[in-house]
Amino acid sequence: MIATKQTQNKHKAKIDHQAPLLEVNNLKTWFDSRDQIVRAVDGVNFSIKKGETFALLGESGCGKSMTSLSLMRLVPEPAGRIVSGSVKLNGVDLLQLTELKMQKMRGNHIAMIFQEPMTSLNPVLTIGKQIEETVTRHKKMGGYSAKKRVLELLDAVGIPDPKQRYDEYPHQLSGGMKQRVMIAIALAGEPALLVADEPTTALDVTIQLQVLELLRKLQNDTGMAILLITHDLGVVAEMADRVAVMYAGQIVEHADRQSFFSNPQHPYSKKLFDSVPAMAKREHSLAVIRGSVPALSQQFKGCRFEPRCDYAWDICRCQVPAWQLLDDGQGVLCHLLDPRYASQAPDVKKQIAPVIRKQSANHAGALLQVDGLKVHFPVTKGLFKRTVGFVKAVDDVSLVIPKGKTLALVGESGCGKTTVGKGILQLVKPTAGCVVLDGAQLNRLKHREMRAKRRDVQVIFQDPFSSMNPRMMIADIIEEGMLAQRVGGDARQRQQRIDQLLGQVGLAPEAKTRYPHEFSGGQRQRICIARALAVEPKLIICDEPTSALDVSVQAQILNLLKDLQDSLGLAYLFITHNLSVVEYLAHEIAVMYLGRIVEQGTVEEVIHNPLHPYTKALLSAVPTIVPDADRQVIRLRGEMPSATQPPIGCHFNPRCANARQICRNGYPEALKISDNHRVRCFLYKE
Amino acid sequence: MLAYIIRRVIYAIPILIGVNLITFALFFVVNKPDDMARMQLGFKHVQQADIDKWKQAHGYDKPLFYNRAPTEGNAFTDTVFFVKSVRLFAFDFGNADDGRNITQDISERMWPSLAIAIPVFIVSLLLNITFALIIAFFRASYVDYMGVVTCVILMSISSLFYIIGGQYLISKLLHLVPISGYSADLDTATKFLILPVIIGIVGGIGAGTRWYRTIFLEEISKDYVRTARAKGLSERLVLFRHVLKNALVPILTGVVAVIPLLFMGSLILESFFGIPGLGSYTIDAIRSQDFAIVRAMVFLGSVLYIIGLILTDISYTMVDPRIRLGVR
Repeated sequence: MIATKQTQNKHKAKIDHQAPLLEVNNLKTWFDSRDQIVRAVDGVNFSIKKGETFALLGESGCGKSMTSLSLMRLVPEPAGRIVSGSVKLNGVDLLQLTELKMQKMRGNHIAMIFQEPMTSLNPVLTIGKQIEETVTRHKKMGGYSAKKRVLELLDAVGIPDPKQRYDEYPHQLSGGMKQRVMIAIALAGEPALLVADEPTTALDVTIQLQVLELLRKLQNDTGMAILLITHDLGVVAEMADRVAVMYAGQIVEHADRQSFFSNPQHPYSKKLFDSVPAMAKREHSLAVIRGSVPALSQQFKGCRFEPRCDYAWDICRCQVPAWQLLDDGQGVLCHLLDPRYASQAPDVKKQIAPVIRKQSANHAGALLQVDGLKVHFPVTKGLFKRTVGFVKAVDDVSLVIPKGKTLALVGESGCGKTTVGKGILQLVKPTAGCVVLDGAQLNRLKHREMRAKRRDVQVIFQDPFSSMNPRMMIADIIEEGMLAQRVGGDARQRQQRIDQLLGQVGLAPEAKTRYPHEFSGGQRQRICIARALAVEPKLIICDEPTSALDVSVQAQILNLLKDLQDSLGLAYLFITHNLSVVEYLAHEIAVMYLGRIVEQGTVEEVIHNPLHPYTKALLSAVPTIVPDADRQVIRLRGEMPSATQPPIGCHFNPRCANARQICRNGYPEALKISDNHRVRCFLYKE
Repeated sequence: MLAYIIRRVIYAIPILIGVNLITFALFFVVNKPDDMARMQLGFKHVQQADIDKWKQAHGYDKPLFYNRAPTEGNAFTDTVFFVKSVRLFAFDFGNADDGRNITQDISERMWPSLAIAIPVFIVSLLLNITFALIIAFFRASYVDYMGVVTCVILMSISSLFYIIGGQYLISKLLHLVPISGYSADLDTATKFLILPVIIGIVGGIGAGTRWYRTIFLEEISKDYVRTARAKGLSERLVLFRHVLKNALVPILTGVVAVIPLLFMGSLILESFFGIPGLGSYTIDAIRSQDFAIVRAMVFLGSVLYIIGLILTDISYTMVDPRIRLGVR
């Protein structure tokens, strides 16, 4: 124990060569949950220097958000409480202040922005008022000067027409704009430290890029430090000066960005890197972290990561690891790097080598053919609800999915990609076009015939938490489809089939008699997959199936989907905004913008040789883990316009750097670049 | 918005026809026109001829819904239901079975009802919101705990107990105000009204406070409140500027809808305190099987309720900028 403390102190002395702005020492935040104590934050130490960006990286449930709320003293009371530790901001221990004094610190010296800009603003107050509140509270300004300051702030965060926006309500702004307002509120007090809790997680990549760049610019201008809480390695790579990785309530590794990305040391950090899907990993399965995060209500005897660690051996089970400090200032909480134990570590390299996949190359015929699909929603007005126009959610979309292949439909929120899925499933009636599945034209089928046909095409939704009936047992959820389609034989055979399906998706047969709330997000998504598989479909429409999940869990689901495709010959329509998932999983890509497909082709063609300016911008906006000197970031102006009034001509022209007169006159026809590759852009007309 | 209101008013017509039909059917399942006549004429020594004469005089001599041999109009219009219903839609309530003009009665009896209902409504609303805010301010402390327990106790006691208990304590033992009665003279009326008003307020305080507390606590746990605290605002500002305004949205749903119904008065309070309002009017009419009054009051109640719902929708647009009527 003494040895541990000494190493800890030595290690701290080393990073303290410059007086830190924020010093967090042995912070513990616990929650009372029924009759046990959940140690959400259990002895966290870190420090942030003036003007730097410090990233706290970790998956959901590791305690990173609770850490940030503890700094603000906003832990939800009375369930949660800060048990011990100190949080010194410029030498003042925030945890010792009275609540009244702390109110003077919040928003003034330490400000915070949150993950959900949609719900974090007060819906019934104008955004001007909401920013002004902070200005008048901390800057002793009022009336005209306060309003002037608010307009300056709105301008500083890049909101166009500040005067007009001042009187608007949050619902009139897009998600990205709302996050800018949140940033303006945080900036109003000119804080020394900005705590940003997953500031871009709810935003599209192109908007994420804008917000991250804004934060960087503001940091340059004001010299504030940023504590960036995120689960996204890419965002860390783009933004952070230093990184700390959190696991199960503790920091397990800290390093500067370079060392962390070139050489992550903790087995957990390594796993995080390996589980990120990418083009280069297509040939093998993604690394997964087995098991799940341990319950934080227990007393740990050894390393918290031990049950899930590939390298673990005896000592990891019985002794808590001590901080090991490497030459370049990198610190790791792991026995592997402890000189006293390192020699005993077992050699496990072979065991954890990735599984190579066989690439199936059967080019079977088209399973799904979508031709000129249109889904228009009428806009009504007046006493008799006259139709005054249409929202063209899907406007002339054509797709082909061969048997056993994956087509990824990519686009930002609001582009109509989910509506395409619904149109194919006939869950919304297509306005025009035809959907042919395995020879049957779905949009012509009668209601009863369509019901029978639903066996062939199933769907997995984004949110595994709300897409299952909470009052049904797992067995009933899976059986329901079989009963409706009259497949799976008699009751006994169906039960056998359920066991088999659960095995197929990697769950124990005991899961049958349990209810959805008893499972984690990843397990629930597995159940949803089992439910879809129950009727032996040929095509599964996966609507953002992994976007609610952590990367390590996402890796498990992606592996599972790939395995199922190989063994059952399933075809997937994979609807997503996550391009790295697409690179890993898809065979073909279709990129959608405002109801139309602007570019489609094989993954290799589209990812390596994107032609449409929108595809290029989308690809360049994805934050990359691997530093790339050649990478040119294409910044898109503004945001995707509303589908109610799409721009005249090419829908993309107002945001396009290459727009010419012709782009404003008409929508470009599809142009064939190669057998598969098609693009709709005037640039390639000649 | 205007289009929306017009559409809602048009929707109200089938609802009112339906309400009227059901009232009519229910009433005549229990009573025949003959029974009504006997009730009015007295049970003893009544000749069939007298009954027929009464029925003819009051318009109950036709078939109820369908007339096989219409004397005027067609089989549907020449019926009791049609003749009696059409006039309702012009707000012509006609005469009660004892010959009094119902519209006249309503316009007289409305005022005593309002004299109780309006003070009860306003004072309870203010008191309940204040208590709920205090409890929400001290959430998860002993104040909160004791507050909720008190509310539950107050809710569990029957309103009849408050009435009888109040009359016994205040009027019989302490002789502070009269037990029951009413006077048109303002000074005397205050003496008669003060006890029913207080009892109306006390009777509703438990349920109201508890309900508003739930709404406040739900709002307090929302993300924007966390943002407000992160700005460094005091808890007072957080509650009054942020929480209260948002909590008004669900509170309005319950509150605005009942404002027009205040005209209808309180059935129980008025009966026990002998207030000649619309509540006791309805009770008396039911007791004496006076169909004309019952259906007039049911019809009036439905109209007021529909107005209340439309007002609720309109008030939403005033407190919640996200809601615009008639726009998708």
